[in-house]
Amino acid sequence: MANLLSIVTFIPAVAALILAIFLRGDDEAANSRAKMLALVATAVTFLVSLFILAEFDASNPGMQYVEERDWLMGLTYKMGVDGISVLFVMLTTFMMPLVILASWGVSSRVKEYMIAFLLLETLMLGVFMALDMVLFYLFFEAGLIPMFLIIGIWGGANRIYASFKFFLYTFLGSVLMLVAMVMMYVDAGTTDMVALAAHDFASDNFSILGITVVGGLQTMMFLAFFASFAVKMPMWPVHTWLPDAHVQAPTAGSVVLAAILLKMGGYGFLRFSLPMFPVGADVMTDFVLWLSVIAIVYTSLVALVQEDMKKLIAYSSVAHMGYVTAGIFVANQQGVDGAIFQMISHGFISGALFLSVGVIYDRMHTREISAYGGLVNRMPAYALIFMFFTMANVGLPGTSGFVGEFLTLMGMFQYNTWIAAIATSGVIFSAAYALWLYRRVVFGDLIKEALKTIEDMTSREKWIMAPLIVMTLLLGVYPALVLDIIGPSVENLLHNYHSALAQTADHAAVAPAATH
Amino acid sequence: MESVILFAPLVGAIIAGFGHRIIGDKGAQYVTTGLLFLAALLSWIVFLGFDGHTKHIEIMTWIQSGTLDTSWGIRLDRLTAIMLVVVNTVSALVHMYSMGYMAHDSQFSEDESYRPRFFAYLSFFTFSMLMLVTSDNLVQMFFGWEGVGVASYLLIGFYFRKESANAASIKAFVVNRVGDFGFALGIFGLFMLTGSIQFNDVFAAAPALADTTLTFLWRDWNAANVLAVLLFIGAMGKSAQLFLHTWLPDAMEGPTPVSALIHAATMVTAGVFLVCRMSPLFEYAPEATAFITFLGATTAFVAATIGLVQNDIKRVIAYSTMSQLGYMFVAAGVGVYSVAMFHLFTHAFFKAMLFLGAGSVIHGMHHEQDMRNYGGLRKKLPYTFLAMMVGTLAITGVGIPLTHYGFAGFLSKDAVIESAWAGTAGGYAFWMLVIAALFTSFYSWRLMFMTFYGKARGDKHTHDHAHESPMVMLVPLGVLAVGSITAGMIWYGSFFGDHSQVNKFFGIPDHHVEADAGHGDAAEDHAAASDDHAAMVEEHHGSEEAHDMAEADPAHAVVAAVHHGKAPEGAIFHHPDNHVMDDAHHAPTWVKISPFVAMIIGFITAFWFYIINPSIPARLAASQRPLYLFLLNKWYFDEIYDAVFVKPASAIGRFLWKRGDGNVIDGTLNGIAMGIIPFFTRLAGKAQSGYVFTYALAMVLGIVALITWMSLSGGAH
Repeated sequence: MANLLSIVTFIPAVAALILAIFLRGDDEAANSRAKMLALVATAVTFLVSLFILAEFDASNPGMQYVEERDWLMGLTYKMGVDGISVLFVMLTTFMMPLVILASWGVSSRVKEYMIAFLLLETLMLGVFMALDMVLFYLFFEAGLIPMFLIIGIWGGANRIYASFKFFLYTFLGSVLMLVAMVMMYVDAGTTDMVALAAHDFASDNFSILGITVVGGLQTMMFLAFFASFAVKMPMWPVHTWLPDAHVQAPTAGSVVLAAILLKMGGYGFLRFSLPMFPVGADVMTDFVLWLSVIAIVYTSLVALVQEDMKKLIAYSSVAHMGYVTAGIFVANQQGVDGAIFQMISHGFISGALFLSVGVIYDRMHTREISAYGGLVNRMPAYALIFMFFTMANVGLPGTSGFVGEFLTLMGMFQYNTWIAAIATSGVIFSAAYALWLYRRVVFGDLIKEALKTIEDMTSREKWIMAPLIVMTLLLGVYPALVLDIIGPSVENLLHNYHSALAQTADHAAVAPAATH
Repeated sequence: MESVILFAPLVGAIIAGFGHRIIGDKGAQYVTTGLLFLAALLSWIVFLGFDGHTKHIEIMTWIQSGTLDTSWGIRLDRLTAIMLVVVNTVSALVHMYSMGYMAHDSQFSEDESYRPRFFAYLSFFTFSMLMLVTSDNLVQMFFGWEGVGVASYLLIGFYFRKESANAASIKAFVVNRVGDFGFALGIFGLFMLTGSIQFNDVFAAAPALADTTLTFLWRDWNAANVLAVLLFIGAMGKSAQLFLHTWLPDAMEGPTPVSALIHAATMVTAGVFLVCRMSPLFEYAPEATAFITFLGATTAFVAATIGLVQNDIKRVIAYSTMSQLGYMFVAAGVGVYSVAMFHLFTHAFFKAMLFLGAGSVIHGMHHEQDMRNYGGLRKKLPYTFLAMMVGTLAITGVGIPLTHYGFAGFLSKDAVIESAWAGTAGGYAFWMLVIAALFTSFYSWRLMFMTFYGKARGDKHTHDHAHESPMVMLVPLGVLAVGSITAGMIWYGSFFGDHSQVNKFFGIPDHHVEADAGHGDAAEDHAAASDDHAAMVEEHHGSEEAHDMAEADPAHAVVAAVHHGKAPEGAIFHHPDNHVMDDAHHAPTWVKISPFVAMIIGFITAFWFYIINPSIPARLAASQRPLYLFLLNKWYFDEIYDAVFVKPASAIGRFLWKRGDGNVIDGTLNGIAMGIIPFFTRLAGKAQSGYVFTYALAMVLGIVALITWMSLSGGAH
């Protein structure tokens, strides 16, 4: 199966096309057909993607399943996965059927809804597989549109504001990235990402408006990409779109956003920033690290005082992404392994947390924390599942949340103890806000009149949670499932990164000597 | 066998937690309790048959990343064996006791199935605690460490309808997390400097750590000292030492069996266990151990003063626990780890019994916990009274001075105090502990007198219906009473006897002790193992990354180079210069009888205050009002923390949210976007009408179709 990756990527798109062209009518039957088709398509995508994992050679740090074809205007269509990207592909295909199942209650514009999610899946998969810069950019940007629509059409009361905020933020970041991509093409003469990673971009200092740019061109290009990825992560202080987007998005939209879309930023750092601009990344490391730890403390404190459940979890997501960026930029094995692990794990955990909010939102149509209290009295299954993911979210050992947090912190400590100490304080705050949320929603006596008839989770809702519980536990107890796959690729990435830095340092040392 | 001990409670927790609908309430209770008794029995077999040689049992790999190699495994040595016995014995008895105690609970309606949940939590706690004590590396220990924290959180908040219980459970978890913060940093530091988190590797590198500097935060520190302090911060949280103690009294919100198991006998002693486990490191960290001694002594004193005036029977015992934990830390701090473990061991028996006895009183008095409403209960609750009496005799340290005959607490506490005298040359820690012994005696007898003697106070109806507890609750009390009487006398020699006896018990090879010359021999040891050294260095050069890291960080290189050392054999380690235990044996007679004298004074004072002239306490409280309030309000720690940490945190959070996110960040962006907003409002109008949707969707479909077609047609070429 030479074009396995393309098959996986385009199954959802084909299903979307079928829906768009052949499905007519707006009645109950048409709606359930749309749901069914979307579910089958995403499930098949997942099953087929298992072949990728099955045949994946973890010991090979290079690209696998590479497809390369000529494309229009001299461009190339190139796809491939390595240890870093393959698990994001799996995360996406794993989450999407659950997302579709979680949308079973949607009643307005069901067909379009399903089309939007199916297209989104194709585009997200494309981002993680593309090996050509132009192709990557297409997938990366086009992915904004379905998400924009999901928030803007199926969102809450303030959805227009949130969707534009989301779109503007992410789009403005991307414009700078596009400029940098053009410069890269001019400099290297190729759009092949593997070749670009091997290309040696200029890193000599130069002055602009009297300011010396250390790291030269590389720093400039790093910053251009950083603008885009930092917004996607999102990093402090460009995170404010996320709470609004989450609050307004429908449950399924929040799940995709938190579980997959946020991971594109981290993936971008690993695919572009570190390998292509090592000197630029090195120059900016301290800056990024400080932003990361500020994010951890700042957003944790903000999460502490939230009154809206989704906002609280959104802020907690920003804090958790702070561990990811910090882990990536300390550039050692534990840090980067931990960052990737944290991203995968956060996909399951935050997805499940947003689903948990969705469960009670569907019943009470409010996300106000103060509207709840004492749910455990009528919803024991819900209480148990929500407790499990709350604990996973605070990084309890034995759940996947611990491994990522622990490894990134361990990586940080080796780089700078200040960074590590401040970031570690996040474990105190996360316990505080997560348990405080849980206490107000689930514990206590059930006294609110409106809650007296609330029903526990249905079996559909439980079945959506089951795979997430299994993965969270499994990865927490046996993280080798992930670490064995990413290890060699990360090692390779870091080896190249450090030797590129060493070379530049040697070069810089030799240059003045030669002029003598 | 060790694996059975370890996993039996987990199996029980899962069966009770998820299978109770099938096996029923009773079934869940019998399964968990039965498995725990099995684990306890096997633990005693392991403990009594243990030959002193450290055993490793590998279960499976866990976190592996680069040079970090963590596995699930069991390390069985004397420390583990002691803890297995303590944890499983007390846990089994508490399970049994809970069958009676939890049979009826006014917090739940009759048709609610709360018992399986309780037993599942208890068993889950036991499993986590066992993971903690059997771990052979720091990360697995951290797993157990946080696991017991969660179990504790769940059990403190077991009465989830009670606001105070919910608040207490969160407080316990968060304050423990503050400790974990230090613990985690300690682990990171040890990994950075030694390249491993396995106990054996860390122990082997400990002497080198003492000669290494670590840049931590604002300055350079001695690596061994700073890492030991960081680990100790974790211990402070778990073991409720001063400044991180505020959660323990509040934790009494949990059902009483929980207090006995978690907050007296097992979990809170995890900190002491950690220090003893890491003795090879702490032996090379003199400043850290001085700090431990100081803080332990201060905690023992402060907690005892607060205990003097509390009226809630469980809180008195909680402060007593905190105080006794301070004793254990003093023993560990002065370097007599075997005595710290001795006191941990005996304390587990008598403190668990005091709590279970208090639970029996509370049970008999219909959940009344205020001692001011007790009085004269010894006739109503004769067996409970007997058990509590044994517990009180044990905790106050009754025995025959200058012999080895006495209740468990007599032998272990005197050993701690003698060690404190020897370790600090009769300094601060010694005096604090002696004074605390006096206070201990006072508040323990005060509890006895207020509860069991005098006239019945409070609600007459409650007193009329006061009843002795059922057998299922009294039997555990009896078993623990036997332990409280005999544990000290039986194991005195093993924990605090002469050198060879203690060494044999803890599996310390004898030549190590003979190496009195000290550093010289240690250096020779290093030389002897230098062939390993060569191999290690090669390995380090082979790994590009390790080499890079070594270059970047000279401290790393130093320790990596001496990575060849051997971990000391035996469960605990004494530096060759550490003679505190021998000195303690040769303490002058006045030192040896001082705790006994303190105990007598405390008893007489209590007797005078509460039997002979019961009006004195009230008058004293009135005349010394500020002092009384200061103690009654627990030195105002809660109020200070609330003002310094809790309130500011939420104020800052609110400020950052409204001002930071709202005004500054969004405000700036809105300003930038101001020019284009009218455009978007128009667009928004269209979006709602649906045009934009169709348009945009068509666009995306177009892009995707284009990519699909191009890739397929391109492939055909």
